[in-house]
Order: sequence, then structure tokens, then C-alpha cells
Amino acid sequence: MTKMIGQRAIASLLSLLGLMVLVFFLSRLTGDPAVLFLPIDATEEMKQQFRALHGLDLPLIEQFGRYVWDLLHLDFGESLRKARPAIDIVLEAYAWTLPLALITMSLVVVAAIVLGSLAAFNVGGFFDRLVSIISLVGASAPDFWIAIVAIVVFSLGLGWLPTSGVGTPWHWILPVAVLFIRPFGLVVQVVRGSMLSALAAPYVKTARAKGVKNLPLIFVHTLRNGMLPVITVIGDQAAAMLNGAVIVETIFGFPGIGKLMIDSILQRDFNVVLAAIMVTAIAIFIMNILIDIAYGLLDPRIRH
Amino acid sequence: MADLSLAKPANPSEPRGPSLLSMLWRDKLAFISAVVLILIVLFALFGPWLLGDMAIKQNLRGRNLPPFSLDRGWQFFLGGDSLGRPMLARLVVAAHSTILIAAGTVFSALLVGAGLGLVAGYMGKTTSQVIMRLADVIMSFPSLLIAVVVLYVLGPSIPNMILVLAITRIPIYLRTTRAEVLEVRERMFVQAAIVMGANHGRIIVRHILPVVAPTLVTIATLDFAFVMLAESSLSFLGIGVQPPEITWGLMVAQGRPYLNTAWWLAFWPGLMIVITALSLNLLSNWMRVALDPAQRWRLESRKTKNV
Amino acid sequence: MSEPLLTVKNLSVDFHTARGTVHAVRNVSWSVSRGETLAILGESGSGKSVSANAVMNLLDTPPAEIVSGEILYEGEDLLRVSYEKHRALNGKKIAMIFQDPLGHLNPVYTVGWQIMEMMTAHGRPSDLARTRALELIARVGLPDPEAAMRKYPHQFSGGQRQRLMIAMALMLKPDILIADEPTTALDVTIQAEVLALLKELQAETGMALVLITHDLGVVAEIADRVVVMNKGEIVETGTARDVYHAPQHAYTQKLIAAAPGKGEIRQLDGAAPLLLEAKNLCKSYGKFTALRDVSLTLARGQSLAVVGESGSGKSTLARTILRLEQADSGQALWKGRDLIAMNARDLLECRREIQMVFQDPTQSLNPRMSVYQLIAEGWDIHKLMPDKSKRRARVLELLEQVGLSPEHADRYPHQFSGGQRQRIAIARALALEPELIICDEAVSALDVSIQAQVIALLDGLRQRLGISFLFIAHDLGVVRDFADTVIVMKAGEIVERGPTAEIFEAPQHDYTQRLLAANLDPDPDVQAARRAALTHG
Repeated sequence: MTKMIGQRAIASLLSLLGLMVLVFFLSRLTGDPAVLFLPIDATEEMKQQFRALHGLDLPLIEQFGRYVWDLLHLDFGESLRKARPAIDIVLEAYAWTLPLALITMSLVVVAAIVLGSLAAFNVGGFFDRLVSIISLVGASAPDFWIAIVAIVVFSLGLGWLPTSGVGTPWHWILPVAVLFIRPFGLVVQVVRGSMLSALAAPYVKTARAKGVKNLPLIFVHTLRNGMLPVITVIGDQAAAMLNGAVIVETIFGFPGIGKLMIDSILQRDFNVVLAAIMVTAIAIFIMNILIDIAYGLLDPRIRH
Repeated sequence: MADLSLAKPANPSEPRGPSLLSMLWRDKLAFISAVVLILIVLFALFGPWLLGDMAIKQNLRGRNLPPFSLDRGWQFFLGGDSLGRPMLARLVVAAHSTILIAAGTVFSALLVGAGLGLVAGYMGKTTSQVIMRLADVIMSFPSLLIAVVVLYVLGPSIPNMILVLAITRIPIYLRTTRAEVLEVRERMFVQAAIVMGANHGRIIVRHILPVVAPTLVTIATLDFAFVMLAESSLSFLGIGVQPPEITWGLMVAQGRPYLNTAWWLAFWPGLMIVITALSLNLLSNWMRVALDPAQRWRLESRKTKNV
Repeated sequence: MSEPLLTVKNLSVDFHTARGTVHAVRNVSWSVSRGETLAILGESGSGKSVSANAVMNLLDTPPAEIVSGEILYEGEDLLRVSYEKHRALNGKKIAMIFQDPLGHLNPVYTVGWQIMEMMTAHGRPSDLARTRALELIARVGLPDPEAAMRKYPHQFSGGQRQRLMIAMALMLKPDILIADEPTTALDVTIQAEVLALLKELQAETGMALVLITHDLGVVAEIADRVVVMNKGEIVETGTARDVYHAPQHAYTQKLIAAAPGKGEIRQLDGAAPLLLEAKNLCKSYGKFTALRDVSLTLARGQSLAVVGESGSGKSTLARTILRLEQADSGQALWKGRDLIAMNARDLLECRREIQMVFQDPTQSLNPRMSVYQLIAEGWDIHKLMPDKSKRRARVLELLEQVGLSPEHADRYPHQFSGGQRQRIAIARALALEPELIICDEAVSALDVSIQAQVIALLDGLRQRLGISFLFIAHDLGVVRDFADTVIVMKAGEIVERGPTAEIFEAPQHDYTQRLLAANLDPDPDVQAARRAALTHG
């Protein structure tokens, strides 16, 4: 268990380092922020000043060294765009993304486990087919398209829900609903398959021979075993959501981490991009550990 | 000595069971999916050649023309776009780049991933560890984000898109191949081949690949849908394919400003994506059973019921 | 005998499978009384488990369909009582244990919880269940019941798991215990212990025991009466002694005649040139020592058997000689040249001369290759028989040699029965005209009647072609029939070696003696005499 977490930590750290180097150098190659941030009629002098202020006139290697040095002091630098510490901006955005991801994933997990299990008990029946079709369509539809269709129908057509922004609880309904569909489609299929094989396992036969009633047979003997493969998939989906729902946040004007990252990249606000990637990587790392712990709690064979 | 698993009676007249094609015909959903996919591939191959000119011909009187009318010819049946170009022709032509990117990505990721997976599964522990850690690193990258950054830097062209998307998909094939190879190489028939003196090449080509290949094909089919969705997301964000090239994802993005007045601009290309991805999903589900000798009887059995 | 406790009458069950309907059992009738042990004996595919599964309501319908019959218990037909009523009987009145206790115990719950559940599921309070569970775990012979309760199934050995299954089954003092191949997956010494335990517990509780098995030895050891099944039908019923000594039905006669370990022991004739000599082979995996200083010699045309229980290192020995595993130290001299230190090119040459037949032919034959391809593969590897037109004739010849027919050449492994598949594997080995064939449990996955045929085939090959055999096995009967010399292994070491007759008739080492004592004889009288000797001695 500890070894597993250690291995994961090393992999995460490596990927973090790799990502940092990659993003740092790539972003420095994309063009001159001075041109982008200063007015068009800015003089060469002003540009020089701007570069000197942000250390952009130094050789790349030196810029990188400084960046890493600051990072070790937990200083992520300033946002060029907003002239505020990059980390503050990132954490603010996370304050929006985190509840969005949490609410959506909770709904996905509950709905997928309930519907997937019911489908497995009723394998080949009407309900099973219905769940299969819904999940397949869900897993096949691009989220930006669903978002657009939802806006056309519920906001523009029926006028029930706001098109974008975050003011009221009503603003959350469409983003959550759209984000829900794909992970639900994927997880529900895994739940169904996993429950099917758990139901066919020999220990279920033993339980029947013991005279265990149907409900405990399903929810005590089968579900816990059936959840093992499901947890991995839930973890993957949750990680994807922590990356920020770039598309959904952009379309619905939701000020989360995904939208922040895209905006920052398009405006060459490097420090914010790097800070956002760091924070995301840490969040995903923590979540992976939680998944590992959940795995260990469910399956004693992993603990020992 | 599980008595319930009854020995299957041998059937000498059908030495390999029914052919894959006749099994496909029996599963109507999978069959329809296959037909739809063939149609889309035909669009992709011949669309630009047949309808390329029509798709870029602007027609001011056909601007945002509503769909379901044959007044201006069949090509306007699905409406016209903001420059009066026929939607139907554009959808067909857009299949070309959409499929090209997805196919290129899946093919290169499959080739590299399966190759590395074979090596990781077959060679010693150190090589395997290095390759696997590398895959872990790629896996923990936020893939859409890395794609955004790289494309922004390298410039959004089709080869660059294939490169970026392929890198993010390699771990899927790598892990699957390695896991399967590790399992298959311990099987008795591989051990038997080693005892007979078969060399590595022979064992991989004759004994391991034939067992692993069906799984890979199944995953690749599913992955094709995933890659298509990823490409359309990038194009939608404006960092994927650039006009005048078109893909369905780009068409959705181009239609977005007209949601209020002309919903069909964004709706049809999105629907094309859904239909294609759904067909791929259905076909992959069918292949998972059909290509697995242990599960194949499930499909064969339908014959006895239907006939 | 008293009034029967459980009666199965004219039961017929069909299975609707992909390839049509199979009559799993037809008109099966048997009954069992209090305190009695009934054995249902049959080979694989005989339908011997079906009626017991019907008693427990464990048949999945579909694919199964109960066509006719009744199962009477306490005046009621179990096939017609409500689901809830049947459930209440399961475990409480009729309990069941299975062959593979690892798979049949839930991996994610402690065994304590699972044993207690037998009582809590039937509405008993959990503190009562706890006391009873502790008592029974101690009774079935596990040390430290308190600690055992808190452990998970994977933390026990196979024999311990089966004991725990038995404890679980006895929680509510059932009238009837059904045991489906309870000792098949266990080593012989453990098997003897578990069977003895079952008998003691039966004497204490007076329950009826229904034992499903393929093993005549188990029947001889434990059964009062036996029901012999073949192809879904009961061919013979009677007391264990009568059926063994005076079998009426042709199938039963064949089955008893096929039981290994009854023939004459072969005497070693003269000295032959040395073929294989292993010297001080050592192999360990981490802390676990699989082989410790193992040496052996094998002469041309002879067969050397290596016997031992699971974990004794006997398979590792074969694998190191074949270079499937690299030995840590030691030599394996093949005609004087060391296989272990040999380079790849020389090894390839030797590989032609040494062939192997594996335990499970279902897995050792590539399912995607036809019989012809399987047999001819060796020629491709060793660049033999370059004239492809001659290959086919040779394949047909080989098929005939192992008792298959020419039309089998173009079929695929899954179209054959287990015994036929093992013949294909032997033909594949023969194709390279080897001087030594290593058989790793080559007959232990086969039914007894098939086993005898395959052994006869191997013996014929040895006599006609002068092939030597290194024969790895756990079944002493088979070894007695086939080997010239025997090596007994335990925990990676050789504890005793000698000519077959000496090992079987005058074993020196304590472990060999225990192994032989635990090996069940198919004759109920022999087993009874052994038991009597044990209680007196």
C-alpha cells in the first residue's frame, strides 16, 4: 500500500517536472508577450522596460532557473494579464471548479451504481437495454454539442435556464447536466459488466447454498466485489474533471480552472498556466491516493 | 470437475464456426453500425473529390437557409450555412479531415503503443519498468491541456494534431498490450513453443500476436470514437483544424454564433459526430464478444434461436 | 437402513446451450438416510453434480430446465416449494461445500463474518453465532480460532480453507451435508485429513453425507453406498464393497479396471547408457527455496518418476532442466553436455531431442492452430522435413501412432475431448523424434479411464521407440504403473529415491511412508483394513 502510493508519488512528480519544463519552454517560444500586452503604439523602449520588469529579457535558461528557484519558495510569480499573484487567480478559479466537479461526480457515481446494478440484475431485459442505449449515446456525444443543443432548447427555446454566468443556483444546472452525461455513460457500462461477473462468481453460489436472502446477496456479497473495477474508472473520470471542464466552462462562461487555463494560454500568461498545471497535478495526485485508499478498504487482498 | 460446464459437442462440418460476416449479419445493431461506418469512410475518401467545389461555393441567397426544403436542390436539404454554402455537401466533405485525423492518430498510437507494449511485456524487468513509468507520466498529463499548449506553439496543422493526439493515446495501447502479453506468455502453449526451440520472433508473431490482436482491434475501434471527440473539442476551441479545412467539430464552432437564428448550423455536424461515435461504440461492443473465442458462442447461439 | 431422509426421484434436467439442448441427467433417483454416506461417482460430463445442485436450488433456469422428477425432504417436494421456503432450508437443514474453497469464499469479507453469516442469515443472534463459530473453528482443527475469525480467505492454505468451509456448513447442525469434490484440489495427505474430519463430524452429528467425486479411492475410504453415473444416467447403485468387487455394468467394470496402481511393478532390466544427469540443482524465488541440491540420473529407455505434493519443487525441476527457468547453480548434463550453461545454438539442437508434454492439453495447444500446424511447427523451427509434400504423410502417420485418425489433421483443438487433445500433444512431441519426453502431470487432468489409455500409449512408445521419460506426478498409482525408478520430493529436496518396487513396498523415509499411507486404494476392503490397523496401532 505505502509502496503503491510511493510509486504514484514518483510518477506524479516526474510528470509534473516534465510538464513544467515542457510548458515553460514551449510557452516562451510562442511569441513576445510584450507585443500582446502593451498597446499597439508602444515604443521599443516601453517594450524593453516591460521585458525587464518581468525578466523576459534574460536568457531562457536563466529565466527557467529563476522560475524554479521562486517555485521552491512557493512563489508562482505574477499574472501578466491581471498584475496579481498567479496562484491567487488559480485558487479562485479552483473554488468554482471543485464544487462543480464534486457535485457532478457524486451524481455520476450514485446514478451509475444504481442504474448499472439494476441493469445487471435484469440482464437482457427492457431496463437493461434502455440503460445500455442511454449509456452508449452518452459516451458518444461531444459535450460542446450537447451544451449547445441544451442552450438552444432550455435557454433560447423554452427560456427556463440562463445561458451563461454563475449568479444563481439555476446557472449550475446546465453545466452539471452536460458534464454528467459522458462520465455517466462510461461508468454505468463498467458497473454493469462488473456486477454481471460478480453475480456469476462461485462465492455467490456459496451464499445461495447458505440460504442468504436476495437483498444481502446482492448488496453485501456482490456489490463490494463488483465495485473494485468501478473505482478505477471513477478515478479516471474524476481526474479528467479536475483538469477543468475546458469546453463546458468556456461555453457556459463558468469562471473555473479550465476556462482560466485556456484564456491564459491564448493570452500567453505563462505564470498562470504553470501555476494552474501545478495545482491541478497536486489535486489529481491527492485524488489518486484517495482512490488507492478506497481500493484498499474494499479489497483486503490489496491491504496485505 | 465442474460438471455444469458441459463439453461442447464437436461439429466437424463447421471447423471454425460461422464466418465473422454472417455473425455480423445476425446482430442487426452491429450490422447497421458497420454499414454507417463504411458509408462515412466512403464520404471521407470520395467526398472532397465529388462535392469539394459545391461545398465552398458561396451563395448569398442561400444564407442560413432553413433545412428540409428541396426548393434549391438536394444539396440544400439540410439547409445552408452563413455564407450560403450547402450544409449537406459540407458535412460530406468535412468527413475527410475528421476521419483522416482520427485514423492517423489511432493508427500511429496503436503501432507505437503495441510495439512498446510487446517489448515491455516480453523483455526484462528494467526495460519494462522504464517504459511503464513513461506511460504513467503521459497518463497523468492533463491531455487536452497539453494538446492545447503544444498546438498553440507548433501551430494547428493536421500532422501536428495527429502527433499530439497520438502521444496522449499511446499509453492505452501500451498498457493493454503489455498486460495481455504478460498473461499470454505464461500460457502453456507459449511454454510449449519455447520448449520446442521457437525463437522470440516466432513466439511473438505466431503465438502471442494472434491472441492479442483482437483485443487491440476492439480497443482501437472504441478509441477512434474518443479521438474524434477530442479532435472536435480542439477544433471547437479554435486550436485544432483551421479554415478553409473543415471538420465536424470546426463546423459546430462556426455555427455557434448563429444559435439564435439558425440552429442547424451547429446541430448537423454534431449529430454526425454522435452517429459516427455511436456506431464505433456499438461495433466495438460486438467485436469484444465476436473476436473472443471464449465468448463467441454467445453470438453463434442466436442462429439456433432465429432460424 | 432407516427411512430415507432425502430422496431424489426420476429427476431429468436439460441444459439449453448455444449448440442445442443437452440432457444433463435423465431419470436419476437416489436417496440418503440419516448417518449414511452416499457417494455419487462419475467422470467429467457425467452429470454427477446436477442432482445435488437441484437439491440446493442452485441450477440457473435458464439455461437449465427441470424436465421431470421430484426431490422429497420431510414430506415435501423441494422442486415445488416456494423460493423463500427453499431458501430457509438451505444451510439450515441441507448444507453444501465445494471443490474450490478459495473461489467459493467471498474474498472481501473475513472468514469469521462469513461463518457467522450462516446463522445470522437464518435469524440467529450474532453473539450466539460468534460462540458457535469459535467452537467449530477449533473443532475442525485450526489453531487460534479468535485470530482465524479476523483473517481473510486468501490468508489460509487450501486445506485450511476447506476446513473453514466445513465449519461454516455445520453451523446450524444440518441434517444433510452435500460435498461436491471436497478434496479434489488438495494434496493426498491433506485429502486424508479432510476425509477423516468429515467422518468424525458425521459420527458426532449423525448427519447424512452426500459426496460427489470422480475418485474411486475417496469412495472406498468414506462411502457406505455408491451411485455410479455415466453420461447423465445412473448405471449402477449398491454398497461400496459390492460395486467394487462385483460391478454389474460394463461402464463400472471399465472404470474399476482403469484404476491405477494395480498392475505388476516393473523390474529394472540391466544397465543402459546414461542420458541425463542433474547435479546439485538449486533454485530459489526470493526467500522461497524451490530446489535444494537436487541430483538425478536417467538412463536411455527408462522412465524416472518424480513424485511430491504441491510446492515440493517437482515442476520447477522439470522447468530448470528445460531452461524454462534459469537454475541458480548446478548442472544438467544431457549426454555429457551441460544444458544450463549451453549457448542458444547448442540448446536449440538439444531442444529437438528433449520434448515435453504438459498437464493441461487445453492450454498447451495453441487454439488458433490446426492439428496439422501444431504437429508440423517443430519441423519449421528445426528446419526439418524441408520437403513439405512429405510432411502431411508423416503427420498422418503420427496421428495413427497416437490413436487418432487422418481426418483429425485439419481440425482445431477445441473440437477434441481432453484425452484426444493429450494425444495430439504427444504426437507433437513425437514429431521431432525425441530421445527424452518430460511429462509434467501429463495425465492428472484426465478422467481415470482416459488416464489409463494415455499411460498405455506412453508405455508402448517407450518399448517400441526406446524413448526415455521423466515423469512428474502427484498420483502414486500412476507412478507405480509407469516408472522404473522413483524420486520423492518434499519442500525442494529429494527425500528418497530408488527402484519403484522398493519405494512402494519398503519405503524408508517417514514422508514417503505418510504419502503412501494417505494414497487411497480403490478397494474399500483395503481402506477398511488400513483404518483398522491405524486404530489398533
